[in-house]
Amino acid sequence: MAEGENEVRWDGLCSRDSATRDTALENIKQAILRKAEPLRSVKVLPYRSSEQPLNAASWDGFNRILARLLMLSKRCPFEDVREKSQFILKCVQELGIRIPRPLGHGPSRFIPEKEILQVGNEDAQMHTLFADSFAALGRLDNITLVMVFHPQYLESFLKTQHYLLQMDGPLPLHYRHYIGIMAAARHQCSYLVNLHVNDFLHVGGDPKWLNGLENAPQKLQNLGELNKVLAHRPWLITKEHIEITDSFCEVEALMEKMKQLQECRDEEEASQEEMASRFEIEKRESMFVFSSDDEEVAPTRDISRHFEDTSYGYKDFSRHGMHVPTFRVQDYCWEDHGYSLVNRLYPDVGQLIDEKFHIAYNLTYNTMAMHKDVDTSMLRRAIWNYIHCMFGIRYDDYDYGEINQLLDRSFKVYIKTVVCTPEKATKKMYDSFWRQFKHSEKVHVNLLLIEARMQAELLYALRAITRYMT
Amino acid sequence: MEKMARVTTALGGNTLTGRTMYCHLDAPANAISVCRDAAQVVVAGRNIFKIYAIEEEQFVEKLNLRVGRKPSLNFSCADVVWHQMDENLLATAATNGVVVTWNLGKPSRNKQDQLFTEHKRTVNKVCFHPTEAYMLLSGSQDGYMKCFDLRKKDSVSTFSGQSESVRDVQFSIRDYFTFAATFENGNVQLWDIRRPDRYERMFTAHNGPVFCCDWHPEDRGWLATGGRDKMVKVWDMNTNRAKEIYCVQSIASVARVKWRPECKHHLATCSMMVDHNIYVWDVRRPYIPSAMFEEHRDVTTGIVWRHLHDPYFLLSGSKDSTLYQHIFKDASQPIERANPEGLCYGLFGDLAFAAKESLVTADSNRKPYPGDRRHPIFFKRKLDPTEQFESVSSSALSVFETEPDSSSMGWFVDTARRYALAGRSLAELCDHNAKVAKELSRNQVAQTWTMLRIIYCSPGTMPSANLNHSIGKGSASLPLMNSFNLKDMASGMGSEARLDWSKGENRSENILLDSSATLITNDENEETEGSDVPADYLLGDVEGDEDELYLMDHENAHTEEPEYVLPQEAFPLRHEIVDNPSGPDHLQDKADSPHVSGNEAETVSLTPVESFSLISISHTLYESRLPPDFFSALVRDMLRFYAEQGDVQMAVSVLIVLGERIRKEIDEQTQEHWYTSYIDLLQRFRLWNISNQVIKLSTCRAITCLNQASTTLHVNCSNCKRPMSNKGWICDRCRQCASTCAVCHHVVKGLFVWCQGCSHGGHLQHILKWLESSTQCPAGCGHLCEYT
Repeated sequence: MAEGENEVRWDGLCSRDSATRDTALENIKQAILRKAEPLRSVKVLPYRSSEQPLNAASWDGFNRILARLLMLSKRCPFEDVREKSQFILKCVQELGIRIPRPLGHGPSRFIPEKEILQVGNEDAQMHTLFADSFAALGRLDNITLVMVFHPQYLESFLKTQHYLLQMDGPLPLHYRHYIGIMAAARHQCSYLVNLHVNDFLHVGGDPKWLNGLENAPQKLQNLGELNKVLAHRPWLITKEHIEITDSFCEVEALMEKMKQLQECRDEEEASQEEMASRFEIEKRESMFVFSSDDEEVAPTRDISRHFEDTSYGYKDFSRHGMHVPTFRVQDYCWEDHGYSLVNRLYPDVGQLIDEKFHIAYNLTYNTMAMHKDVDTSMLRRAIWNYIHCMFGIRYDDYDYGEINQLLDRSFKVYIKTVVCTPEKATKKMYDSFWRQFKHSEKVHVNLLLIEARMQAELLYALRAITRYMT
Repeated sequence: MEKMARVTTALGGNTLTGRTMYCHLDAPANAISVCRDAAQVVVAGRNIFKIYAIEEEQFVEKLNLRVGRKPSLNFSCADVVWHQMDENLLATAATNGVVVTWNLGKPSRNKQDQLFTEHKRTVNKVCFHPTEAYMLLSGSQDGYMKCFDLRKKDSVSTFSGQSESVRDVQFSIRDYFTFAATFENGNVQLWDIRRPDRYERMFTAHNGPVFCCDWHPEDRGWLATGGRDKMVKVWDMNTNRAKEIYCVQSIASVARVKWRPECKHHLATCSMMVDHNIYVWDVRRPYIPSAMFEEHRDVTTGIVWRHLHDPYFLLSGSKDSTLYQHIFKDASQPIERANPEGLCYGLFGDLAFAAKESLVTADSNRKPYPGDRRHPIFFKRKLDPTEQFESVSSSALSVFETEPDSSSMGWFVDTARRYALAGRSLAELCDHNAKVAKELSRNQVAQTWTMLRIIYCSPGTMPSANLNHSIGKGSASLPLMNSFNLKDMASGMGSEARLDWSKGENRSENILLDSSATLITNDENEETEGSDVPADYLLGDVEGDEDELYLMDHENAHTEEPEYVLPQEAFPLRHEIVDNPSGPDHLQDKADSPHVSGNEAETVSLTPVESFSLISISHTLYESRLPPDFFSALVRDMLRFYAEQGDVQMAVSVLIVLGERIRKEIDEQTQEHWYTSYIDLLQRFRLWNISNQVIKLSTCRAITCLNQASTTLHVNCSNCKRPMSNKGWICDRCRQCASTCAVCHHVVKGLFVWCQGCSHGGHLQHILKWLESSTQCPAGCGHLCEYT
């Protein structure tokens, strides 16, 4: 690409100052029109014209720019940028160049696009969140758009993400994104993997690493095993895992990695319900379906490069052969123990995560479907404890009979799928539970699921670290 | 076995004996509690519930209360408490939310007495009333506290904290009806047991969960709380608002806190995570534990003093499945390993140093420093009679005095008073300050000022006059001491001579050069160049006609303008201080600097020719070819040099006088550092006005805002004589305009002078006038006001 001084610079768009944005837009417009000029004459889409490889390359670059503009025209929190991007696109179109069109169905496959908040209709609080997110990342991703159903939570979520992925920390930035890739790949979430691949390259990561885990430094490879266990069967984490890893990297870094795994897992699950699963499996009524999962077809996509041992998946806690003692919350809980340890290892993260748990757990609008003024605490607790139960975490003071009364079978299937094997979640499952409920409430359920799962994994990991330390 | 509760009361009273010892439990402990007679301890955990007798040499298991075949969650204890009135009565809090009482007097194997299943979540704490036999209190994760009467089947009252989970409940020892509850959200509530509808008092004690609290065993209404934020705080509950009186910062979250018996200021803490030690703190000394028990290998979950009146025996249970008895004399004392030292600089250069005596005496064989006025002062803390440690902390204090005349700071004060920093033209300021420095026989500084004037202003009659002046005084011949190469200079500058200032004292290292060699006069240049330079008439303040001819360039001329500052209203400007006891040799080191030779220590005698040459040099330097900031690097180095020599006065003064010309050359942080040092010095010498002026003139934001901090002054209302807390003119108590002038009865907006005795006052002018004729208060209150 012979870009040179013609290169389009996007960074000004993130500014909160409208004058700066304006200048940036004007520059973009000039640059694009300059680029468009020589391409006008070529009417045929030149991807196919193999005899003009040079030209094809510049077409390729140009189309990427147009696609970015299209994205901006839809997904930028600043109205001026949206309008101007559209305008530029139109200009290009008038030059006789084909412009791209949006293909997708909005940020989520499961939720109809019209149910989701359109960028531009947000209220002041949401707008601030969008602007913050856009300024930091230069994008509004699908996850943000879905989570904005619950702005209070989103705020905490973005803060935590930002702190973990962008702020100063014990790990270099590209390590963090690489860990993100590993974690997201474990659940075959191509969307998240791609996001992190982009970020990874953006912060100067070595593209070679992306060819497979074996190309990454030993330190990260050691995390592979931990990643695997943590993702699917966290109860198997022992202090030996920590020791192995620890011989190569200090505990702080490890902690961070775990947090990241968790974080990414979060995103992952949130996005899983947004994205159609590639593995269309029939809806199975039985919860026991998972016992046979090991024979399932290994994912073929290139995502599998990022992790090893593709057959490793969730197994029912109670059904797998080895005896693993029940994890009792009364002996090791987040509030008393986990928080202190995390804060000690990675200052401030404990606070952020604690806040996030609290918000997710206590979030309520006192509504249920069409009913108002309902105390939903019992239901929330049932969901939370059910998820922990799947990971073998037990609350002494909870009557597990409540779960059966409150959660019906299809809902349980959904929970279990999303929590344990999010890649298998389908729209059918999503639609079949709680038919009366609003989408925002279902998103809330998802938030509960990801936070509960994250806490479960954290508890196991932190307990292992505690044991390692003592 | 049924007699066990009475087995070992022989110890009784304060005559406990024993040693540090431990025993293995079968499972991790969650809590422990002692019997009133200090002879038995109960240990409770998820899988353990046993009573041990504490014997002289060992723990002996007396009773296992976990009976029955099938394990029940009712036995999974989060907390246990032994009644302090009835040695047969125990209560446990189960993780499943059940409160169980146990009666050891029961003849059967199963001692379980009553079962209360009212809480929905884990019960975190149970507590017996200190004097009432049947009253039991529980606090649970579900946010409720319940009070049980053991003669009844159900709770008698329920208290809703409305603020998340209850972590601890404790009956007050002093007030029969009061109990304290601590919460996961950081709150502490005080309740009256008779009023379940509403708490008496609530305050936020910690950031994050408050895990524990403990009332002071003596009669003082003190409550200690410990939280996840790693703090232990002691609250005085006697006042209307709970007042934090002590705060101890631990290194990990605080799980338990227990006042030490018979020691008013001591308390023991243990942590929930990471840290396995037990600390005993003196709350008055919050930075270092006074004692430490390091036996446990996993977190300590329960601590209890063995006897209500014995401060030397501490029992503890831990997740590492051991039960310990700690004896105080076996405790490790971190203080022993610390080397407390104190060092302080006095205003006049004295240095005081205090350290542990042992450390000081260790190196006493060193040759005593001449200025050492050593006072071996030993501070002996009055020993707490109950304190077992005999380690007396004595320390030695040494004071090193400076010799009276060697570094008297008189010059500093004088210079500070007399320097001019603003309000006049740069040239005048420089001249003035040079004069001040000269008069204080700080010749080097004087020369620096003169040079600054030459660099930044056109040379006028003043500098030469100054020089001549010095010449007159000087008696010595000129020892010139610069080592630069004339030829380089000459080529660099486009011709001419430089003057060497011999700055500073004569240092032996300095090379004496022949003065004639270094000083080259160039009269011709002077004239010709003078005519080349365009005159700038914008500069109004030039003193001599010639000055205009030698302006460096327009930019400099313009920057001069802001210098005309209005006279300061509040106080007369004082002179800035410049002084440099040590020599500013560094100027000379720069090949490209103009050198003027002059010697501080002995005044330089310059021949008239030389002074001429000085002028001529400056002319040539200011040839319009030179970039305006040609010298700024040099001046910057000069300032750095002065600051490093300890003469921050000079650095700051020059910084202020030169203002924009040099400010950009020096980074904010350094500037700020200089300013704060200088202001600090000024304030130590009580030169308040000058320090204020410096603050005002500084361009650092961090410094100028110093003057804006705590500028609020609360006055009394002149009507009701109560302090006025609100803003504005109206007193919110008597609803009248408070600050009216006692003479003209109008509200005073602006300068208000008032009598501190009767709060009356008014317009400054009016009061002054009034007092010319009267000695009494103009308000007629009869007070003999004194307005000075």
